[in-house]
Amino acid sequence: MSERQYVIRRARILGGEPTDIAIADGVITAIGPDLPLGDATEVDATGLVALPGMVDLHTHLREPGREDAETVLTGTQAAARGGFTCVHAMANTDPVADTAGVVEQVWRLGREAGYCDVQPIGAVTVGLGGTQLAELGAMADSAADVRVFSDDGKCVSDAVLMRRALEYVKAFDGVVAQHAQEPRLTEGAQMNEGLVSGELGLTGWPAAAEEAIVARDCVLAAHVGSRLHVCHLSTRGSVEIVRWAKSKGWDVTAEVTPHHLLLTDDLVRGYDPIYKVNPPLRTADDVAAVREGLADGTIDIVATDHAPHPMEDKECEWSAAAFGMIGLETALSVVQHTMVDTGLLTWEQVAERLSAAPARISRVGGGHGRPLAVGEPAHVVLYDAEATRTIVPADTASLSRNTPYAGRELPGRVVATFLRGIPTVLDGQLQEVSS
Amino acid sequence: MKKHLLSAGDLTRDDAVRVLDTAAELLGVAQRPIKKLPTLRGRTVVNLFFEDSTRTRISFEAAAKRLSADVINFSAKGSSVSKGESLKDTALTLQAMGADAVVIRHHFSGAPHRLAAAGWTNGAVVNAGDGTHEHPTQALLDAFTMRSHLMADAAPEPGAPAGPSGGMGRDLAGKNITIVGDVLHSRVARSNALLLHTLGANVTLVAPPTLLPVGIDTWPVETSYSLDDSLEKADAVMMLRVQHERMNASYFPSAREYSRRYGLDTTRMNRLPDHAIVLHPGPMNRGMEITADVADSGRSVIVEQVTNGVAVRMAVLYLLVGGSTNDEGEA
Amino acid sequence: MATPDNVPDAAADPVRPTADPVRTVLDAGEISRALTRITHEILERNHGSAEVVLLGIPKRGVPLARRIARRMGEVEGREIRSGALDVTMYRDDLRLKPARALEHTETPDDVDDKIVVLVDDVLMSGRTIRAALDALGELGRPRAVQLAVLIDRGHRELPIRADFVGKNLPTALTEKVRVRLGESDDTEDAVAIVGPATGGAA
Ligand SMILES: [Zn+2]
Repeated sequence: MSERQYVIRRARILGGEPTDIAIADGVITAIGPDLPLGDATEVDATGLVALPGMVDLHTHLREPGREDAETVLTGTQAAARGGFTCVHAMANTDPVADTAGVVEQVWRLGREAGYCDVQPIGAVTVGLGGTQLAELGAMADSAADVRVFSDDGKCVSDAVLMRRALEYVKAFDGVVAQHAQEPRLTEGAQMNEGLVSGELGLTGWPAAAEEAIVARDCVLAAHVGSRLHVCHLSTRGSVEIVRWAKSKGWDVTAEVTPHHLLLTDDLVRGYDPIYKVNPPLRTADDVAAVREGLADGTIDIVATDHAPHPMEDKECEWSAAAFGMIGLETALSVVQHTMVDTGLLTWEQVAERLSAAPARISRVGGGHGRPLAVGEPAHVVLYDAEATRTIVPADTASLSRNTPYAGRELPGRVVATFLRGIPTVLDGQLQEVSS
Repeated sequence: MKKHLLSAGDLTRDDAVRVLDTAAELLGVAQRPIKKLPTLRGRTVVNLFFEDSTRTRISFEAAAKRLSADVINFSAKGSSVSKGESLKDTALTLQAMGADAVVIRHHFSGAPHRLAAAGWTNGAVVNAGDGTHEHPTQALLDAFTMRSHLMADAAPEPGAPAGPSGGMGRDLAGKNITIVGDVLHSRVARSNALLLHTLGANVTLVAPPTLLPVGIDTWPVETSYSLDDSLEKADAVMMLRVQHERMNASYFPSAREYSRRYGLDTTRMNRLPDHAIVLHPGPMNRGMEITADVADSGRSVIVEQVTNGVAVRMAVLYLLVGGSTNDEGEA
Repeated sequence: MATPDNVPDAAADPVRPTADPVRTVLDAGEISRALTRITHEILERNHGSAEVVLLGIPKRGVPLARRIARRMGEVEGREIRSGALDVTMYRDDLRLKPARALEHTETPDDVDDKIVVLVDDVLMSGRTIRAALDALGELGRPRAVQLAVLIDRGHRELPIRADFVGKNLPTALTEKVRVRLGESDDTEDAVAIVGPATGGAA
């Protein structure tokens, strides 16, 4: 059937020479110049970069519980528009994804939506309470096949509990993704602790509060021989600690968000809560350090930490506002702006950090993170790296508008996204999908 | 002057001197049989208080009323409006009432900035103390009080008549001001550091290291951990209120140790130069940061600060909304 | 004759094109004689200086009041001090301009039951004097208020008249009367008309 067959013309795979890509029944069937069209639909990709479908290891979809901010459907639509074919749904929903029942519900909602595969992340502790392990094995054994566990939003601060979690998930090759925030050092914290916080009279959030946990967890993971993943690392010190841990051969991976690659705490000066995020925006020196870390592989992946919030949670005083920013639809542009256009990463390395590595860390199935090669599942993104666009908050599939990039000009635009050979986005527009 | 007064840093040296000079003239009004000027007749000043502060509210209310403004007191404290949303909704209500000036006190740092920047009101926003950020009118009244004592015998600027308080037309150039206490949580300290620096004074902030903010080395001030080292050269000493709950959060071990190291008692006061004055923004913890005999001594200008507060706030309201209130500034 | 006032004074009047003609109407000697005459008229009308309080309206009314006080003191053989009455906060045109700096108010004596003579340089619309009457009313209750001005140029907008006038000076609205005094302007005393003559291009 022709709806299942596409020939993509003159795409630059990983930024290389233009070539055609043929897709049939969800699989890449041929790659080469001037492929025969046959019954297939032609997609002109002249000048576009082809990347493997991107995988986000850190997405807040808000369903169940805060369907006013985001649903699995709208969140995965935003993901598709951003070039993602798989997102990992964080566990801090209401109810918390701490049982097989909840993770299966989220997984099923993702399948029904059809825009993007949704891989649930399970909570480490019951209700994110930080005191008792959730049924990690049951979630691993469920239909959702959970391998990543995280209390994200909260830190597993109890050292013994963290040790047990790291040990326990070895039984099913799981990984604990830690939100590194020492709670006592960040009581009431509102922004990065530094000269700006002192000036603004906002309670500071010291880099040490992140670094202390990153260091402790690296040592614990090494001690028990487990895998550790550090969520949204944001400081120079954290980069150095992870670099040191990797130099020891420890199984530690780390992620950085797009916003920590670009934005700094200077932006807080106007007290606009659009810039309020956890971990907080840091200094220009930290931004330089996370870029270096991402370039040299110390930081394995970019993950969005897409965190939708309704307007009223941001249109208020800074200290009353919610933490978080949306990011699925701007992630690749920010990575291009900060890493590719600066010469720090090639498109091949972008594919590694936004597709292959996150899929590997989460052990996700469905052919995600595979290279663009014959016989591989057709998860493909076509990206116009030459385009520029001014970010307009209302131009989003997300239910929320809390983008920190409003009015900014960013490079690049996702033109098409194929999920298992089905276009979820074509000509930059969401497509009807039936699942 | 800028349209709003959100931070003491919004004021240039000339702006600040103008506020002080205007306040000096207005101070005379308080001594007249009729303590009222028609200047803000028909203007509406809203006192929007999200945090209790009877002293500050009364001071602003007296200032606005002496200028014949219509005053609306809006206390949002304890009302049932949910967090956050209330600021926007309240602001829209005030906008509908046609507020020309909104005097806002808030427990969150930056709330006045939000009010001014978010376009929820057209009125001039006056920060009457926001969280642990700033309290610019307090700094202005402190500077006013210091100037009237420390610059009184300085020759006035050529052409300037001798005012009811000294130092007309003058700043605080070269004066040494020591501010002591919980700088980290003090909006008074932040505003004073900025304003006194703008006025040419040398500011020394004295506190235990736990109560100085990170990044203070970038402020235009000196810092010291020792009060005793900062007394001999001080022309004015300002004691900040230290809250007992800081002790429970381990900022210092005990009230007794704090007052021994950082409290102003008679012995320390006697080491000040003869002309030096003692200020406190109030309310005082007698026995903690200041002893009763220092607070009640001849060097203490604490009561005067309260009187001057009304004149300074009249000056601020007059300069912000007394003229045309479109955005054209002074040339 | 080339007096300093015939030189276009760009620094003092930055917005006025320097090409506008300047006609001196009173020189220093004439101003002095006018003030002397006013002094005598005030004394004559009020049967001496005992009940009189002189209040100048800033800016130039203040030095004028001081000069009249000095002349009055010479005649009466005792020191007579004048005061100043700032009317800024009572003006009816506050909202037309950004807030102005205040001038100093100072009364040499209680005004209750006294004869207050307000002194100003130029009387035109009468609005400044209206504001001065309001300001004065809040300082006390004088028995009478009189007005002395150096120049009355007409164009009244309120029912106000001067009791003592240095010179009546019919002018066009397109013209501007410029008063320069040694104390306030750091130059020789002079009154001039600046601007195009009646009917000239505006
Ligand atoms: Zn997190």
